[in-house]
Amino acid sequence: KNRQLPLLSSANLVFLVEMAAQEVASQPSDTLTTLKTESETLKTKLEEERAKLHDVELHQVAEKIEALGQFVMKTRRTLKGHGNKVLCMDWCKDKRRIVSSSQDGKVIVWDAFTTNKEHAVTMPCTWVMACAYAPSGCAVACGGLDNKCSVYPLSLDKNENLAAKKKSVAMHTNYLSACCFTNSDMQILTSSGDGTCALWDVESGQMLQSFHGHAADVLCLDLAPSETGNTFVSGGCDKKACVWDMRTGQCIQSFETHESDINSVRYYPSGDAFASGSDDATCRLYDLRADREVAIYSKESIIFGTSSVDFSLSGRLLFGGYNDYTINVWDVLKGTRVSILFGHENRVSTLRVSPDGTAFCSGSWDHTLRVSGQKYLRLSGVVMKVSHLFCLSPDLGLNVDWNSDVSLFSPQLDSRITRRL
Amino acid sequence: MSGSSNIVAMKKIVQQLRFEANINRVKVSQAAAELQQFCVQNALQDPLLTGVSSSTNPFRTQKVCSFL
Repeated sequence: KNRQLPLLSSANLVFLVEMAAQEVASQPSDTLTTLKTESETLKTKLEEERAKLHDVELHQVAEKIEALGQFVMKTRRTLKGHGNKVLCMDWCKDKRRIVSSSQDGKVIVWDAFTTNKEHAVTMPCTWVMACAYAPSGCAVACGGLDNKCSVYPLSLDKNENLAAKKKSVAMHTNYLSACCFTNSDMQILTSSGDGTCALWDVESGQMLQSFHGHAADVLCLDLAPSETGNTFVSGGCDKKACVWDMRTGQCIQSFETHESDINSVRYYPSGDAFASGSDDATCRLYDLRADREVAIYSKESIIFGTSSVDFSLSGRLLFGGYNDYTINVWDVLKGTRVSILFGHENRVSTLRVSPDGTAFCSGSWDHTLRVSGQKYLRLSGVVMKVSHLFCLSPDLGLNVDWNSDVSLFSPQLDSRITRRL
Repeated sequence: MSGSSNIVAMKKIVQQLRFEANINRVKVSQAAAELQQFCVQNALQDPLLTGVSSSTNPFRTQKVCSFL
């Protein structure tokens, strides 16, 4: 067999040698049929083992805790500047900078407080589907239809051409769908339309580990919180979410309950669970210790796919960006929707909560990014969370125009107060 | 050649399923209780959940309404 092997890590070389050895040592009884039967038996056993421990639903356990009531979210900043669909964004650890990438081939670094653009890079390809901020804040990674992941160090000199210092790190055989730095600027994890994920050394561009197991394009990945060890989760067009051991390349757990492509996966802040968003219009929560799906977030009225999900800091809220242009906010424990945010004029394609949890940023096919948060009223120096919109609009989630009259019905005061806010 | 590589691929799948079938699991009731406990313990530190005072929210608006 004269196969042209791509640059492989030593782990992959061991795998190939094992494969060759198995081919030689195959027992005649190990026919395809007996293996398929064993595979089916094991799948049934897996389901039985999981079912044995399914003694209660998450929302039943959560019955005793207080309901959240409704939330009103408000967009506080709109970032305009991309010439086409925004496909991906990431926050800097400094809680104010954002990197975003677009179908127009541009990658922009923004100061979300001022909405100023600080850096812009033009990629050699269109559809830059993935971007990530380095933990140090000194570099960004991006890629897409070029099948690569490249790292751009961010220069303090605004006149410097960032493209000159570009470093090509990852090479896949199909589009790059997601990338993220590990705990340092030194390693990057990627996922690709070629059905694999891989871990790369940024300095040398060498592949440190590859992850095989998805049967189709891998669309998303998320790194476990650092306290929980070296694992990450990926989701793909095979409707499967897989949890991987980064050191060995082994798939540790896999979950196949979605009915369509999984577009987004995100760890619960404790690391014991993760959420997923899918083209089947649902978000789901999978607990890693129970090894099963423990919640579905869906409504009959929601029929468009979820493109991206993220948790609030405590894990109580799950934010989902949808292809029907909205953002739905779910009570993770009770399974109910607590808010809906309108505003984008096309699909929401990407969504992340800020590192300090005060806001979330959404990117859309409408070319903009929006930074949004909870709506507050400060009344006589007291900050009040707005939990009910007592106005004539039947549609919860319409942002109140601060210049219009708003009637407040206060149960405590038992009177009607109209004020121009 | 394709016959034996199918068998090798199936062996890998069977190996993986054996591994996944044998992992340790906990009851959903226990897992759910721990997820809930984490939420409750961290609720006050979650600005999007409980709100945050104007002085610390970097994205606050400046308008104030005061009542008589």
